[in-house]
Amino acid sequence: MINLSILLIIPLLSALAVIFVGAKSARVVALLGALAQLGYSSYMMFSYMAERAAGNTTQMLYQTKASWFAPMHIEYFVGVDGISIAMIMLTAVVVLTGILISWNVDKMPKEFFFLLLLLSMGAYGFFISLDLFTMFFFLEVAVIPKFLLIGVWGSGKKEYSAMKLALMLMGGSALVLVGLLCLYFNTNINGAHTFDLLQISKMHIPIEEQRFIFPLMFVGFGIFTAMFPFHTWAPDGHSSAPTAASMFLAGISMKLGGYGCLRVAAYLMPEAAHEYSWIIILLSTIAIIYGAFATLMQTDLKYINAYSSVSHCGFVIFGIGMLTKTAITGAVLQMVSHGLMTALFFGTIGMIYERTHTRQVAQLGGLLKTIPFIITVFVIAGLCSLGLPGLSGFVAEMTVFMGAWQNPDTFSRVATVLACASIVVTAVYILRATGASVMGPIKNPDFLTFKDATWNEKFASITLLVCILAIGIAPYWLTNLVTPDTQLIMDNIGRTVGSVKL
Amino acid sequence: MLSTNLIALIPLLPLFSFLLIALVGRKNFPNLCGVLGTIALLTSFLLAATVAYDYFFVAGKVGEVYQQIVPLKIKWLEFSPNVSIDLGILLDPISVMMLVIVTFISLMVHFYSLGYMKGEERYATYYSFLGLFTFSMLGLVISSNIFQIYIFWELVGVSSFLLIGYYFDKPSAVAAAKKAFIVTRFADLGFLIGILVLAYYSGTLDFQTLITRLTTPTDQLHAITTASFLGASALTWGLLLVFIGGAGKSAMFPLHIWLPDAMEGPTPVSALIHAATMVVAGVFLVARLFPVFSLSCPSALQVVTWVGASSSLFAAIIACTQTDIKRVLAYSTMSQIGYMMFALGVSGYGGEHGLGYMASMFHLFTHAMFKALLFLGSGAVIHYVHSNEMKDMGGLRKLMPVTHITFLVACLAIAGIPPFAGFFSKEEILQAAFHANTTIFIIAICTAAITAFYMFRLYFNIFWNKDYHAVSHVHDDQAAHNDHHDHGEGPVTMKLPLLILGVLSIVAGFVPFAHLVTSDGRALETEFHITFSIAPVLLATGGILLAMVFYKKENPAPQKLADGVKGFYNAAYHKFYIDEVYIFFTKKVLFNLIGRPAAWIDKNIVDGAMNLLAFVTEQLSYLIKRIQSGRVQNYAAYFFAGVIGFVLIFIYWWR
Amino acid sequence: MNNIGLTHILFISCALFFIGIYGFLTRRNLITMLMSVELILNSVNINFVAFNKYLWADKLDGLFFSLFNITIAAAEAAVAIAIIINLYRHYKSIDVEVTDTMKF
Repeated sequence: MINLSILLIIPLLSALAVIFVGAKSARVVALLGALAQLGYSSYMMFSYMAERAAGNTTQMLYQTKASWFAPMHIEYFVGVDGISIAMIMLTAVVVLTGILISWNVDKMPKEFFFLLLLLSMGAYGFFISLDLFTMFFFLEVAVIPKFLLIGVWGSGKKEYSAMKLALMLMGGSALVLVGLLCLYFNTNINGAHTFDLLQISKMHIPIEEQRFIFPLMFVGFGIFTAMFPFHTWAPDGHSSAPTAASMFLAGISMKLGGYGCLRVAAYLMPEAAHEYSWIIILLSTIAIIYGAFATLMQTDLKYINAYSSVSHCGFVIFGIGMLTKTAITGAVLQMVSHGLMTALFFGTIGMIYERTHTRQVAQLGGLLKTIPFIITVFVIAGLCSLGLPGLSGFVAEMTVFMGAWQNPDTFSRVATVLACASIVVTAVYILRATGASVMGPIKNPDFLTFKDATWNEKFASITLLVCILAIGIAPYWLTNLVTPDTQLIMDNIGRTVGSVKL
Repeated sequence: MLSTNLIALIPLLPLFSFLLIALVGRKNFPNLCGVLGTIALLTSFLLAATVAYDYFFVAGKVGEVYQQIVPLKIKWLEFSPNVSIDLGILLDPISVMMLVIVTFISLMVHFYSLGYMKGEERYATYYSFLGLFTFSMLGLVISSNIFQIYIFWELVGVSSFLLIGYYFDKPSAVAAAKKAFIVTRFADLGFLIGILVLAYYSGTLDFQTLITRLTTPTDQLHAITTASFLGASALTWGLLLVFIGGAGKSAMFPLHIWLPDAMEGPTPVSALIHAATMVVAGVFLVARLFPVFSLSCPSALQVVTWVGASSSLFAAIIACTQTDIKRVLAYSTMSQIGYMMFALGVSGYGGEHGLGYMASMFHLFTHAMFKALLFLGSGAVIHYVHSNEMKDMGGLRKLMPVTHITFLVACLAIAGIPPFAGFFSKEEILQAAFHANTTIFIIAICTAAITAFYMFRLYFNIFWNKDYHAVSHVHDDQAAHNDHHDHGEGPVTMKLPLLILGVLSIVAGFVPFAHLVTSDGRALETEFHITFSIAPVLLATGGILLAMVFYKKENPAPQKLADGVKGFYNAAYHKFYIDEVYIFFTKKVLFNLIGRPAAWIDKNIVDGAMNLLAFVTEQLSYLIKRIQSGRVQNYAAYFFAGVIGFVLIFIYWWR
Repeated sequence: MNNIGLTHILFISCALFFIGIYGFLTRRNLITMLMSVELILNSVNINFVAFNKYLWADKLDGLFFSLFNITIAAAEAAVAIAIIINLYRHYKSIDVEVTDTMKF
């Protein structure tokens, strides 16, 4: 039987173990911990699928409940559905590959791996929480290590970036906290309040309150997922962060926001989501297009990927804002897909940087000849980013578009067309970046001395590649996992307008 | 009928060859990869030929009508119970025909490349890419679902990108690859939105259901064909957007700019992708949706007609001025595809009216043969002289007899001289145009004459004109020069495909196409008017004679003519400055007017706002911290002032 | 005029209090500041005694409190002077302006 708490205990124990072993063996312990995480989450996914196949229709499986702080009715309440499972798998994969990529960290390795593992625990906790306060607690656990990871192990103007990132994310979580408390005091179960997500979803929070709480929640979580105009932490943060932290940041942290927007904001306050959907669509469309155009002008590979993340995460918000089942499914797919793809992208950029010591596109060139494995992976990540069929990005984007097109009003249509147009701009910037950095003549004779990927880099890249291909070639297993739960969310959203759209 | 598994193997074999070569073969047995890929393709072709035989002569017909058969359909991504992306196989006359063409041309190219690409550093990679492309193209033609076609559409796009950029250390190749991908990607945007529109109104993505729903007159169909948005009905918009996708892939004006540059790829690749298969995908797409175009939306078909006709004339004019032989062929391809497009455009649906449709498919078929032959032949020439430029060639007829003869056959075929293949298909197209629209007919017949002219300009410039040894001093300093006479015309692997295609270019016209591939599946009785054929053949012969006068011997006449119409000649030579317009648009408008401001705004305004917030906070804290002076007396004064303040508040306000 | 009332005494204590405040805020010599504090304390003592006398003449609470205050003032003076001596040892000065290290 699955016990979700194990998902928290594994990273916690391995994080503690990292402290007590020597500096050299820290990475081994961390790797073992990450493997255990991945193993346990895969086991959980398969038993979840088996349960569902056996006809278990409970909304949240494997629930555990324990009182944590009784006077405020705060409970440790966890449980998972398909969406959280997808997110947990994503986290497990990104953590494993992140640790592999940072195999050769020589500056305070113990602390580094400790923080990585702590961060992963926060992410797991966030994705399995069904109690809003517990969720918030884990959100904070996932934020703080990032400050240190960037500030200590980063490069460039790392202090500035770390501070900016931490402050903006903290601002986001402050908004979330306010929203959380407002929500709490608007619940009523026989005179008592509750943080219980499932119970709140069945209540009808008065629309006047929703109008106030929803923006707090949505913007709060939106900052995490780099929603325009609160995205500026992302480019600086990513570019200064060490490779693994970039991967975590884009692969996991940005997904915390998307998940929160969906699970907390849209799910609990459907009426407000309807009212505000036009603003969400507007902002996300701007993010998609504008992020893509801003990417065009970047010259640093990490900035390119960071801005493209802004554009791609726009699709997550866009899908949620469209409020149709297909679009929301697409948003979840996009979260998973972007998480994997961007982790791969940042991973390979890290590998390139480790060898060339520059990320400036203009200074690179002809790398395909000297480090073919890394560059092939890099190009595949780029192709995934521009939505090549057979890779995960295509599936996610097309699902979002199909869902978005179901809204027949002109505003949504125009927004959808604009969002579709971003795939062209994406193609332009991806090809510009790859064309200039990996093709063409070799710019620097030093490049000839490079060694291709080491075993850990290969292992990490192939793991991510397999996941991307698995989703891209056979998307149905993921959609089958996710769709019943997006359907439930849609049912809740549709309860007010009476009709559930496709 | 062949079992489903065997049909599925047709596209899957090239995929397996791609995977095997890319993952294993490239490292372990690079030199065997070519043979491996060729064997896979040969099997694939044999299967396709069997399928074609079965379909056309055994199992395809019910009564008098060729049926659409869907032997396989896998639910790939489900949006709702009715709307899902399926991966399937749809067999009907056009897809079976395309299966044969694609596997056959690909086989020829695989075989040819054994010699042509020998000794290349990335020989194995080349074959893996060829496999990937063939797989994607086959997947495209057998698509049973409009989204499936989009998926493979993108995949052929990317394999084309990879193959054009095969010489990735050459900046021009990289630029060409990028250009091809981005331009077609831009067109695909239209395709995608078109799919969304069509899927929304028909409530399905499946081709058969979609076509049935959009052609059966119902109230809903009436609503979407009349409801107007920006002057056209919703259906028209949908179809036009889909057509933009097709036009992009098929290099129709004004989305053609990528095709000439795509010639940076290895020549066999140009033969396969940019002449015979991928570039006709647009024609195939229109043909696939032809019932919808024809029955529900004639206005969209009008657009197809005019785009096709103008592209064909436009490209033919440019082709007359180009000096890079591959570019001439590229423009000729564009021109011929324009032919196919407007043939579809002037066609009606079913019976006698379906002549244009049949002719278009027929031309697609014959064109694949002779254009592949032309490219492979020019590949042999380039292989021999190590240059693409006409000025480095001349008098090669003695040195390369096989290439010379087959090239001549192909030129005669494309010029439409009987009894070569091109004559028959072109004749049908001209007839269809003649019955439909006089203007189109005039454009078509002019294009035919110009085609004959520029093809023979090419032919004479390569094989006659000056003496090769007179020009070959250009390469004197190249070591390669000495090899010329050693390797002769090229290995047998290069000659054999030329010969096979040469024979086919002669006999392909005698295929009873009208009985096999028609718009509604019924056989079409075509009449052959000898009187009608006289004019086009005479015009073509005139073009050939003119070319002969100009180019058979070196003489100043062409230069004089070019000087005579200098302005026009220069414009045509510079491809009517379409590239410059695009560059202006992308560099100046997209980059400078949108991209740069976006990046600037982000850095300075959006991020600036965040930094401003931080700055204000910091400044405020500077202000406030002065209060913490560290002086006891200040603190006491604040304290005392506070007490006084509170006392006043308590006394006067707090009643 | 011949009867000294509560008001008069309060006036005196008030004057004393503000003199103390003024001295505390303006003097720079720590000893003088300490003396000012004593003035403030004494003004409070006067209040205690006066209110005790005029309002609750039969009780002794006010007197007790003033005794407390005097004791506390003595203790406070001892502590304060000890601090001042230490400051003097450190800075060679008993100017209050030099002891501003506790800022920001």
